[in-house]
Amino acid sequence: MAKTIAFVLLRLIATLFAVTFLTFLMVALLPGDPVDTILGTGPRAPGIEEQIREDLNLDDPFIVRYFAWLGDAVTGDLGTSYVTDQPVSDTIQSRLPVTAQLAFMSIFIAVVVAIPVGVLGAYKQGKWPDTVTSAGVQVALSIPNFIFGIFLIWLFAVQLGWLPASNWSRLSDGLAANMKTAILPALSLALAQMALFSRLVRSDMMATLRENYILSARAKGLSDRYILFRHALRPSSLSLMTIVGISFGALLGGTVVIESLFAIPGLGFSLIAAINGRDILVIQGITVFIAAMFVIINTIVDLLYAVLDPRIRRK
Amino acid sequence: MATTDTSFDPHDVTATIAGSPLVQQVDDFVAPDGVKQKRKSVWGIFREMPFLVKLGTLWLLFVLFAAIYAQLDAKVFNGSLPLADPNLQLNGFNPATGEFGDREPLESPSWAHPLGTDALARDTFSRAMHGAYVSVTVAIVSVVCGVVVGGLIGSLVGFVRGKTETVLMALIDVLLAFPALVLLLALISIFEVRDLFVISFVIGLLSIPAYTRVSRANSLAISNREFVLAAQAIGTKRWTILRREIIPNVMPTLLAYAMVAAAAVVVVEGSLSFLGLSVQLPQSSWGNMINQARRDIKINFGQILYPSMILTLTVLALNQVGDFFQRRSAFRGSSL
Repeated sequence: MAKTIAFVLLRLIATLFAVTFLTFLMVALLPGDPVDTILGTGPRAPGIEEQIREDLNLDDPFIVRYFAWLGDAVTGDLGTSYVTDQPVSDTIQSRLPVTAQLAFMSIFIAVVVAIPVGVLGAYKQGKWPDTVTSAGVQVALSIPNFIFGIFLIWLFAVQLGWLPASNWSRLSDGLAANMKTAILPALSLALAQMALFSRLVRSDMMATLRENYILSARAKGLSDRYILFRHALRPSSLSLMTIVGISFGALLGGTVVIESLFAIPGLGFSLIAAINGRDILVIQGITVFIAAMFVIINTIVDLLYAVLDPRIRRK
Repeated sequence: MATTDTSFDPHDVTATIAGSPLVQQVDDFVAPDGVKQKRKSVWGIFREMPFLVKLGTLWLLFVLFAAIYAQLDAKVFNGSLPLADPNLQLNGFNPATGEFGDREPLESPSWAHPLGTDALARDTFSRAMHGAYVSVTVAIVSVVCGVVVGGLIGSLVGFVRGKTETVLMALIDVLLAFPALVLLLALISIFEVRDLFVISFVIGLLSIPAYTRVSRANSLAISNREFVLAAQAIGTKRWTILRREIIPNVMPTLLAYAMVAAAAVVVVEGSLSFLGLSVQLPQSSWGNMINQARRDIKINFGQILYPSMILTLTVLALNQVGDFFQRRSAFRGSSL
């Protein structure tokens, strides 16, 4: 157990080093003078070049710069954007809740739909409910999320006029207003996760239903529903949890397209805005942040798994 | 087999491609033990397919044809084939006579324009054909990168094992831990890459770790099989075993995985195009066609619908055909 945890933590540290190093390297490898890249070709305030040079330690060798930057990054200082004059960490802090809410909502929708669908598929294996849901899963896995998003906009905003096509109301504006703007993007993100989760639940359940203890539960005369949701679902929940964790990490980065589509002021939207404005420090900061979150969440999932699975715990 | 370890490591069973939400079970792409079956002709395999998979294959062939046709048109015939890239002759403008064509913006489908025209009166059908070239290029380049590099590394370490494997797989683990879509966005934006081949190559590079995982899992399984042991017993060189026994047996499942991976890659390119971060306008790609048509969502949904359907159908077809080949290689194994 301790060995597992030590190994996982070691891998976390190695990965975080790699992630930060590569992101830093990417910016450092830019051709030409970094000052020119950051400032562009427009008019410059007097003294700003020297200030950037000093801020970013540009006169130091690469490795020194990397560790100086890493030290700052660990303490939450990712530099200040030279385009908006805002600290990058402030941008992240104000945008993260939006992206996190979207990710949570879509995972929630996906799990709530996927469990009954997956259980149904396993229970009615080979019969028409299974055929229909399996075909649905196949199609759902193949629809890119932005296409599904546009379709939702067309249906619910343009045709029916029930929901706004874009924009965002913060939670502080009231739950109803917030939900009105959040439901469509969350649904578009949820589709693929839904399909993925229900496929996993189905195949896990099919394996579990062949176990002897299910047979004995059936012999005791327990109802099918009780067996399915009490006995059979529980062992499947561990792998579901793992995949939910991985999906959550992936969603933090995967919301980029959906946030642009719905004009939602989340992390991904800021990233695209920074890309369009050539705001190098913000691109670097958000990339490193999302990557680090992704790695850390996956590690937590690994550890939780090690803690929860009795087979691993006993080792 | 390697995948029957009791300890469950989520990174061990999953292989994501370029940040796509699709997490593939590596397990699905490991052929089980069994005997080899006789090789079938291409036509024989096609006849074996279920009806929908046949349709999918035909669709993919059609997309491939469209891509080649578009390239022929652009590079060899300079836009003089029927269905030429409409950017070369905006609204049928004829420089010789100075006359414009008869196309209107946002026309509905007709015989002359099977998918109607877009907001700039360009024929959507021919734009979609030229857009196919972008998707096909990205898919092929990334698959070649993944199969050649990832397939080779994976087969090698799965067979040789030892320290090489530990070190390489640790490295692959680190690479897999990256959220690749974000990395891709950062790379493309920081270096301002808009060249189709460079983008395809970067996507291919980012998908190598996943291919490595799949081919290693297969190589591990195959290395324990009798014919490999027999080859070792008669003193065949390791390199020869790798070349003649391992790699040919890794390939069928790896190629099945490649089709599913290509589906994810086509979606990634579509997303990039949709964000305006792939090929530059006026070159058409399915993603940027959808993005451009989005402005007219209230007037003409068709212009959004057609490229969306084409993209989705292609992804669906790749997934279905890939799944078919994966099942087939599994079936081949179990049919003793």
